[in-house]
This record gives sequence, structure tokens and C-alpha cells, in this order.
Amino acid sequence: MTTVPLLYEDSPPPQVAAGERIEADRSTRRPVLLFFHSAVVWLLVGSALGLVASLKFQFPDWLAGQALWTFGRVRTAHLNAVAYGWASMALVGVAVWMIPRLVRAPLHRPAAAMAAAVGWNLFLVLGIGAVLAGWTDGLEWLEIPFPIDAIVAVAGGLMAYSVLMTVARRRTKHFYVSVWYALAAMVWFPIIFVTANLPVWGGVGQAAVNWWYGHNALGLWITALSLATAYYLIPKVLGRPIRSYWLSLVGFWALAFFYSMNGIHHLIGGPVPTWLITVSITASVMMVIPVAATAVNFHTTMLGRFGTLRHSPTLAFVVAGAMIYTAVSLQGSAEALRTVNRVTHFTHFTVGHAHLGVYGFASMILFGAFYFIVPRLVNWEWPKPALIRWHFWLALSGIAVYFVSLTLGGWLEGARMLDAAVPFGDVVTATKPYLVARSVGGALMLAAHLVFAYHYWLMVRRRGPERAEPAWSEARAAA
Amino acid sequence: MNRYLVIFLGAVATVTFAFVVLIGLPEVQLAGVPAPAGLAPYTASQAEGRALYTSLGCYYCHSQQVRTPSFGSDSARGWGRASEPEDYVYDRPHLLGTMRTGPDLMNIGVRQPSRDWHYLHLYQPRAVAPFSVMPSFRFLFVLKDQAEMGDEIVTTPPGLVPAGKVVVAGPKARALVDYLLALKRDYDPHAVAGGAP
Ligand code: HEC
Repeated sequence: MTTVPLLYEDSPPPQVAAGERIEADRSTRRPVLLFFHSAVVWLLVGSALGLVASLKFQFPDWLAGQALWTFGRVRTAHLNAVAYGWASMALVGVAVWMIPRLVRAPLHRPAAAMAAAVGWNLFLVLGIGAVLAGWTDGLEWLEIPFPIDAIVAVAGGLMAYSVLMTVARRRTKHFYVSVWYALAAMVWFPIIFVTANLPVWGGVGQAAVNWWYGHNALGLWITALSLATAYYLIPKVLGRPIRSYWLSLVGFWALAFFYSMNGIHHLIGGPVPTWLITVSITASVMMVIPVAATAVNFHTTMLGRFGTLRHSPTLAFVVAGAMIYTAVSLQGSAEALRTVNRVTHFTHFTVGHAHLGVYGFASMILFGAFYFIVPRLVNWEWPKPALIRWHFWLALSGIAVYFVSLTLGGWLEGARMLDAAVPFGDVVTATKPYLVARSVGGALMLAAHLVFAYHYWLMVRRRGPERAEPAWSEARAAA
Repeated sequence: MNRYLVIFLGAVATVTFAFVVLIGLPEVQLAGVPAPAGLAPYTASQAEGRALYTSLGCYYCHSQQVRTPSFGSDSARGWGRASEPEDYVYDRPHLLGTMRTGPDLMNIGVRQPSRDWHYLHLYQPRAVAPFSVMPSFRFLFVLKDQAEMGDEIVTTPPGLVPAGKVVVAGPKARALVDYLLALKRDYDPHAVAGGAP
């Protein structure tokens, strides 16, 4: 497989580049596989927990005999498993794989990255176990108890050490935009995580810390690493450089500045100073700038090449994710406006929005990254291309059903709630059909993940025929 | 110029700036918000109930923040006056919440002062609100053949428990209801103890 190293501004000659890429991939193979294996397991665990939580709205007396399985705990285990298990571990795996290639240096101390993956899993097992057992810090996105957080702080430190030292030993003069996002994310996440977990906050101030963290975990961590991934894969698969260096620069700095100030829009209408909420609303609206810059950059790079989507599963997933990124971000800006927020705050509308972001955007890009990276890790091609198609359509239809049902149902819920003449019982009753549809969407996503995990398992065991060419295009030729 | 440093310092600077604006300044503004005279610190039992409320995740379905009448129907629904920072001085962790799958509970102690109602509702929400999607918390209760001295018996409608059995509120259910009944923000939030009468 020959790829032109379009991503480097100061590219070495092709043979040198190929040699360096092999060297980089060899250094990252084991830690990246460990991160990826873990991520796939957490995806299955997390989505199964999510479906259980959703079904509890249809069967509120199901699994009600023990505190362990009560809604408040299962829901929380779901969030932590998918956000810190699936998305974070997969994104870190991608970053560890990508950065040595981009800076033309092997991963510094792969053993530190391996240890980070082990520590991260330990944090999740203990943390999610604690939440299910009833030991929690009691803050959304920060439930895992303080002492267990220390484990991930150490793991994250090892990770950052390995990555930052790799970059320090780079052979490139310039950084590709993916490196900016990944580096910044590795600086941001430890800062926000440690700050928010300090045991010094209380009262209304703590709510501000809580949502400053919660929104930044999405914006400065999951989003930043997902964009790094998309910025790498789109030009790589298309074999053409990203359209505008300048736009990616604007996108990056505007995201860094505005996203970090978004958080307090989660408290609109709440008992916090009005100026504070106004700052966050303003920053949320300003997010249109980085989002538009990134969208224009991605989409103009794609222009005239949409046909490639049929041959490349990576691109199909990544482009779907990139388009959803634009949509979910604009929706987020709109949702922060007071007039809209009056209706949607406190309703399932927000839940739909969150899933569109973490699933439709981040997870779709991650799936695409797996289809690109795993063949290069195990030196094997995906054995059953049909399963990739099943995965794609199940995942896409799952998130579509999920999002549409909660968006409609949530809006209805909010509109009825604003009308004091509607009894609360009628508000609850009105949402029920939409919550059934949400469970259907969740089941479709879980099915997608079972297909994906099965295929991944075949892949790492190198089952199926030996192929000379990527699986997808061959399948098309045979059809 | 070293780009590594630009990204590194730029990342630190943006997030620090956001921290100062979104957290630092409000901390200064809210520092020393006095405890209202009408608000008592939680008793040991109420605090235990609050910890249970947190660990069972009630706050994923119930908010504890009443919005102003200009912003929603909260007060019209009888959920109380708009909440102020003073109302939360004893709250750690904060339980403001983000969902209203169930009603706001900032003033549930005012609205629903009956222990018995709360016990039955926690034991089986659908026994009092047939449409409810709230989970049953029956594991906080004990099913006994006969009540003993000092037991708090839950009045259950016919058919809910097997004949010959009584439902007794366990210590956790009692603590939780102690907490719920303490949720009464019907005082003047700005009247400070020892301040002007
Ligand atoms: C899955 C969401 C959900 C969870 C979790 C939940 N509730 Fe509820 N709650 C509801 C709904 C819906 C209602 C309205 C219907 C009813 O009264 O059951 C409600 C009503 C209430 C009410 C009556 C409010 C009123 O105005 O009459 C109280 C009190 C209450 N819940 C307490 C709790 C406590 C305590 C917990 C945790 C131990 C809890 N709830 C967990 C959904 C939930």
C-alpha cells in the first residue's frame, strides 16, 4: 500500500517517509491495540447499560429489587463506560497511533503508554463498580469517587509523558493540525479534570465548576481528539491535502477560546449570576466561528470526491461524523439561546443533543478510524466487508431514531411543562411513546456494536481470507 | 518561534482564562454569601438521607432549582419561589440537577409534608401516580409478618403486598424521607440571622 505523505508540510522523500512510518507503527502497535481492545469492550458494556437504563422507562419495576440496578446508577455507569471507557480510550489509542506518524518519530517509551492503558482500565473497573455500589461524588460527569480518580490522573500523566516526549523528539519542523488538537487536548484534560475534582467546591459555585468541567470534557477532550482524527483521515483517504491551512488555524484557536467558556449554559435560568450565564451563551453562539471554519475546510476538501465514500468505509464513517459535527454544534449554539433553552432545558431534548454529539459525531469518526488503523496494526484486511455495511447502517439508523425521537419528544415535554395548565402527569405521559422509540434506537446501536465487536474479534485473530486489497473495494468489484 | 511552546502555552492560557472568568470571578462574587436565618443546616439523619438521594441518583430525574416566573411555569406549578445562591450554602455536593423527568423538589417538604405519602410513593410510585416512570425503591423497605415496637408501618393499598404482610420503612427510607421533608425554601433568602428583624 503506497500513500503519499501529503500531511507533512516538510515531507521527506517517499522511501524515507515509508521507513519512518513503519518505524512509527512498530513503536505504537502494542499500546494502541491495548487501548483499542479495551475501548471495544467498554463500548459493549456501556451500550448494554444504556439500553437497560432506557428500558426502565418502559418497565420501571424491572430490576427494581436492588439498589445496584436502579436507574440512577445504571444510567451513570452507562455514561462513564461510554465517555471514559469507549470514547476516551479509543481516542487516546488513535492519538498514540497518529502522532508518531505525524511528527516522524517513534513513540517515546511505549511501556508508559501500555501502563497508562492498564491504569485507565483499573480506574474504570473500580470507578464504575463504586458508582453501582453507591459510592459517588454526586456530580454529573464526575461521579467516580475522588480517590479512584487519582489512578486515572497517574495513568493520564504517563500517557501525556509518552506523547509529549514523542513530540519533543520530532523530526518535522511544522505541526499538522491534528497534532495541535491532540497536544492541546492532552494539556487541557488533566487541567480540567484535576481542578474539577479538588474537594474545595460547594453550593452554587460547585454547579459552575461541574458544568465548566462537563462541557469541556466534551469540547476540549472528546471533540478536540475527534477533530484531530478527522483532520488526519479525510486527507489521508482522499490522497489530497486539507483545503486551507489558515481555516484550520482559525478553527483551532476559536475552539480553544470559545468552547472553554461554554459550560455555564447548562445553568440557564438557574440561581447563578446572570452575567455569568450571558458570558456562556455568548461563547456558545461564537462557536459558530470554529465550527464553520472546520466545516468549510472538511467539506471543500471532500468536494468532487464524494464517490470515494462508496469505496472507503473509513471515509463513510468519518464524513458522516464530520457532517453531524456541524449539525450538532449549530444545534448546540441555538440551544444556548434563552428563548430556546426555556423550552428544552430539563427535558429529553438535551439528552438527544448529547447523544448526537458523542455518538453521531465522535463515535462515528472513531469507527472510521478503527477501519483504517486496525488493518495496519494487525497486518490483515477486514474479513467480512458485509459486516462493515451492517455496522454503518445499524449505527446510523440507531442514532437517527434516537435523536429524532428525543428531539420531538423533548420539545413536546418542554412546551407542555411551560404551560402550567398542563398537569405534570400529562407531561410525563406525553413523552412515553418517544421514550419507547429511544429504546428502539438504543437497541439498533447495540446491535451495530455487536456486529462491530464480532468483526473486530475476527480481525485481531486474523480470521478469513488473506487479501491483497482493502476489503471494501473488493466487495464492490465482486458485487 | 517554537510551535510546540505556542500550542502548549496557548492551551494553558485559554483554559486558565475560562477558569478565571467562569469560576474564579463568581467564587469571589459569591464568597461569604450568608446563610439565611430561615435555613437550618442538615441534621445527621437529613444528611444521611441526602447522601442516599445522591447515591441512588434521584438528581438525574429531579432538579432542585426553581426558575423565575419570567422563565418558566415553576412557581405557577407550586414549586416555590425562585431559588437564590443563599439557598445552597449547606449543599455539598450541589444537587441542582439538569432533568425534570419528575417535578422539581426544591420545596417538596412544603408541598407534600406527609411521611406516609412519601413512604408509599418510594415503595411503589405507581400506587399513587399510575402514570409514573419513577423507579420503585422497595429495597429501602422491609416486608414483615408483623410490625415490631418502633417500626414505621407504610399504609399500602389492597393488593400491593401479599396478604398477611406489612411494609415497614427501613432506616434508609426514614433518613431519605427526613431529607425530603427538610426541603423547604419558604423563608426569605436575604434575611440573615442577627440581621435587621
Ligand atoms: C427515572 C426518573 C426518576 C428517578 C430516578 C426518581 N424519580 Fe421521583 N419522580 C419521577 C417522576 C416521573 C415523578 C412524577 C410522578 C410521581 O409522582 O411518581 C416523580 C415524583 C417524585 C416525587 C413527588 C413530587 C411531587 O411534586 O409530587 C418525589 C418526592 C420524588 N419523586 C422523589 C424521588 C426520590 C427521593 C428519588 C430517588 C430515591 C427519585 N424521586 C428518583 C421520576 C423519577
